[in-house]
Amino acid sequence: MSSVLLSVHNLVKNYGTRRAVDGVSFRVLAGQTVGLLGPNGAGKSTTVGMLCGLITPDAGDIFLGGERVGPGAVAVKRKIGVVPQELALYDDLSALENLRLFGALYGLRGKVLAERIDTVLGQVNLSDRARDKPATFSGGMKRRLNIAAALMHDPQLLILDEPTVGVDPQSRNAIFDTLEALQAQGKSLIYTSHYMEEVERLADHIVIVDHGKVLADESPASLHGRLAAQAALRVELAEPAHASLLDGLRSQRGVTSLSAEGGAIDIGLAQATDALPVMGWLQQAGCRPLHFATARTSLEDIFLSLTGRSLRD
Amino acid sequence: MTAFLALIRKDLILFLSDRRALAISLALPIVIAAFFGSLFGGGSKGSAIEVALVQQDSSEAGARIAAGLKSDPNLRITPMTMAAAEAAVRKGEQKVAIVLPAGFGEAAGAALFGNREKPAIPLLYDPSQPAVLAMVKGMLTQQVMSVVSAEMFGGKMGQELTERSLRQLEEKANTDPDSKALRDMLASVQKYQALPQKADAQGGQGAKGLSMPFTTQDRQLVNGKAEQGYNAYAHAFAGMGVQFILFMGVDMGIGILLMQRSGVWNRLLAAPVGLVQVLLARAASGAIIAFALLCTVFAVAVFGFGVHIASLAGFVGMALCFGVLTASLGLVIAAFGKTPEAARRIAMFVVLVMVMLGGAWMPSFLFPEWMQKLTVAVPTRWAIDGLDAITWRGMDALAALPAMGAQLGFALLFTLLAVWKFRRI
Repeated sequence: MSSVLLSVHNLVKNYGTRRAVDGVSFRVLAGQTVGLLGPNGAGKSTTVGMLCGLITPDAGDIFLGGERVGPGAVAVKRKIGVVPQELALYDDLSALENLRLFGALYGLRGKVLAERIDTVLGQVNLSDRARDKPATFSGGMKRRLNIAAALMHDPQLLILDEPTVGVDPQSRNAIFDTLEALQAQGKSLIYTSHYMEEVERLADHIVIVDHGKVLADESPASLHGRLAAQAALRVELAEPAHASLLDGLRSQRGVTSLSAEGGAIDIGLAQATDALPVMGWLQQAGCRPLHFATARTSLEDIFLSLTGRSLRD
Repeated sequence: MTAFLALIRKDLILFLSDRRALAISLALPIVIAAFFGSLFGGGSKGSAIEVALVQQDSSEAGARIAAGLKSDPNLRITPMTMAAAEAAVRKGEQKVAIVLPAGFGEAAGAALFGNREKPAIPLLYDPSQPAVLAMVKGMLTQQVMSVVSAEMFGGKMGQELTERSLRQLEEKANTDPDSKALRDMLASVQKYQALPQKADAQGGQGAKGLSMPFTTQDRQLVNGKAEQGYNAYAHAFAGMGVQFILFMGVDMGIGILLMQRSGVWNRLLAAPVGLVQVLLARAASGAIIAFALLCTVFAVAVFGFGVHIASLAGFVGMALCFGVLTASLGLVIAAFGKTPEAARRIAMFVVLVMVMLGGAWMPSFLFPEWMQKLTVAVPTRWAIDGLDAITWRGMDALAALPAMGAQLGFALLFTLLAVWKFRRI
């Protein structure tokens, strides 16, 4: 069993009368990737700020490898790498100079510094652009350099605050490749996002927060298990479904939910294997589907069921 | 230490990489200082006043007055017609025009001893130059008194006037005691006029008239080179150097706010360096840049405009202290600024007021006394006075110590305020 790298106990942060973080607790095991999922304004960035020692909590504790994390705790910061949501780079310094600076901030110098620069530039596939300024980079390249700067001191825990904002799909995949390589090296990651598909791809543990509170702190499989419907079936008919057809569908085994709009029917299923009998029943009832599709339920559905609102609200 | 030096190095690279901003930071203070310096007299000891002369008096006395005015080194006389003189003064090409009316010499002589009405000399002047008018009046008085009295005591016109006056007084002398006394005095004058004219012991010239019964010995009370004196370029370079380097300090503070906006600030603070270390590194780089800029500006002043630095040690001390002051001002701006845009507007206003009250635009010794006392609370006053002290005032480093101390005091106050505010954010 992996050891606990980071433990967060009952964090609270108020801004005036508004409580931004309200008793957040979770753990990160060594080598684990935790997805911190929540809509904008849920308290993710404030939580990340406290994890990085940038914001002082009003209450609660954070321990990393047994050491307390906070604004005054300088030594423990060497174990944490931060990839801010913004492109936190100097546009007028070359990629090399940026990395040299951020490495030096963690005490690296001389040959060690030069070697680390080579290593991280290779990790993010920017070795050939070392002497260019970020101002000349594409959005995806800047994001990768943003990650490289956080890797300079080879941290135990990498905290990524929405690292793919404004990135095209190709660059996003390049970033994921980099992160998956880090996972393979055994790095621990905290990945905040409001994109479910990103978290689903990377995280082996998910913490869902909303209004500053933790709503779920489980593995993806466990979260999916919370839903009555594990799969969805969408059927499009030539004509709008009549009431007797919908009543008949509701009574079929495995159907957990049903909604219809025009000729389209969305059917929630307890298991994906329930889709075939339902399709057979529809044929027997004389329906001729123009089109049908099945899908696994997403974290979006889970978030909706937990909060009653969409992640992107 | 590695982190601290890396932060300073980064700021220096960033500053030097923006060649256009660097050129402007250096060129603007030099160009504007050169302009203001030349406007206020440059490095010379003062220039002659431009005066137009309308010579309507063709008498010998009138010619001698005109010659006297032309020989005065403080005046640059240009003979003109009345119409041309009026036009030149209206346009501001001439500051004052002196009109010597026809018959002035004789009328002035008659008015000197008799009860004749005093003749008037019209003076046309540019209303923007009232001080110049007073100076020209003084110099004109000296010339007229000298020429008219000389004429009265030794000239042909004086003899004729004396004879005419004596004839008039003879009739009244028997009845009026005052007229008798005046007649006796003029009789003595007539005897003096009848004496053969002696050559002037010194200049070999003829008789001289009344002259000022004293002369002044003007000594500039400055240290160092006696010939140096007030140098408008020295003050202008101090003032403009201070102003534009403070603008650089504002940019430095705004840079912190921009770093906060871009997330770089958080990245710096997430590293194992404390807030104070990051702030001090920023201040150190700002101070180094300000020091280098002031040294460069004054290098141009010395080699291009003849400004003399009396104490190199004093100058280096002043430049270092001013660098620290500039950097601390940048920190305060960053600490109290809400957004870069709003902070820039307020900071520019504050800096302009500071340099105005500090005497950057106009030397503080021209301020009213109450303002001179009040502005010791303005840090730029100490910076500019200190630079004045070790340049045109010719003083040594010791004399600039109070200015250095005051700047460091303000810098400490600003830095403490900034750290306090940053810790509350």
